[in-house]
Amino acid sequence: MTGFGSLARESGFSLAAALGATAGIWGLPGQIALAELYASGSETLAVVMAVSLANARFLPMAVAFLPMMGAGLRRRAWLFALAQLISVNTWAAGLRVGPALAGPDRRRYFVSFAAVCIGAALLGTAAGFFATGTLPRPVTLGLIFLNPVFFALIFADTRIPATALALMIGAVTGPLLHLVSPDWGLLATGLLAGSAAFWLGRKLKRKGPDS
Amino acid sequence: MTGTLGIWPLLLLAIAATYVWRALGVLLSARMNPEGAVFQCVTCVSYAMLAGLIARMTVLPLGGLAEAPLADRLIAMGLAFAVFFARRRKVLPGVATGVAAFILLAAARQAGLLGG
Repeated sequence: MTGFGSLARESGFSLAAALGATAGIWGLPGQIALAELYASGSETLAVVMAVSLANARFLPMAVAFLPMMGAGLRRRAWLFALAQLISVNTWAAGLRVGPALAGPDRRRYFVSFAAVCIGAALLGTAAGFFATGTLPRPVTLGLIFLNPVFFALIFADTRIPATALALMIGAVTGPLLHLVSPDWGLLATGLLAGSAAFWLGRKLKRKGPDS
Repeated sequence: MTGTLGIWPLLLLAIAATYVWRALGVLLSARMNPEGAVFQCVTCVSYAMLAGLIARMTVLPLGGLAEAPLADRLIAMGLAFAVFFARRRKVLPGVATGVAAFILLAAARQAGLLGG
């Protein structure tokens, strides 16, 4: 989140807004999309939709996660609170540790772990925010550069064919469509490149096993 | 334009727009297979958009990164990938290399060692 803190300050966020984004959105892809598009002065609807799509992975993540995490929970409404605590880290830790614990302990573990993560993330965001403008300019630029490098490498580890295709087609289409429309190019990239990759992935799969 | 709305209303909308997926996840959980086609499609669209954003931030940055020439950004990104694959897909060494290379290049340019 340090990289996000730097990016947020560079994009014109106040410290409170940067911290609010970390704690409230609680999903780095969407936060980066928000900072980038806010800085570019895109239309509100385009920004909100891009943030949403950037974090759309939370849907399948929550679906895979909550039946296990909510086992034995009497008030199902609590699931809506637990869902807000899901991030890539807390989700992975919950899935790894949760099944070995009894229902209530699962939730205790998950909520405590998420609280620690959110605390650390807020500290990281603040550190990145203050580093920008305090540390020498090249270091600040390095912290901002952390954002694209980190996600590029996380994504480079993808081995599912359709998802890998989506990443490759998206990476090529993104800058091009940005030139066509700085406001809507990003969303168009997701919809066009994403559906194309999904479709290609299904075709490959159908051919794959027996050929 | 976002400028007219201000950061706080926009932030609240962004938080709500992220929460929509979480809430939908609660409503659909236990009723749908997380490996199913619909979710794969959602993942593809999301990842394609993020890859587009990352590529755009590298090739056509808006803010501070635009101070560094394209060559620096590409070299640093290339080194990050090289180390990542050389170290059996470990993210941390790759990221550290990429960021360090980028800082060194920026510092060298600031010191006038590389021109431009």
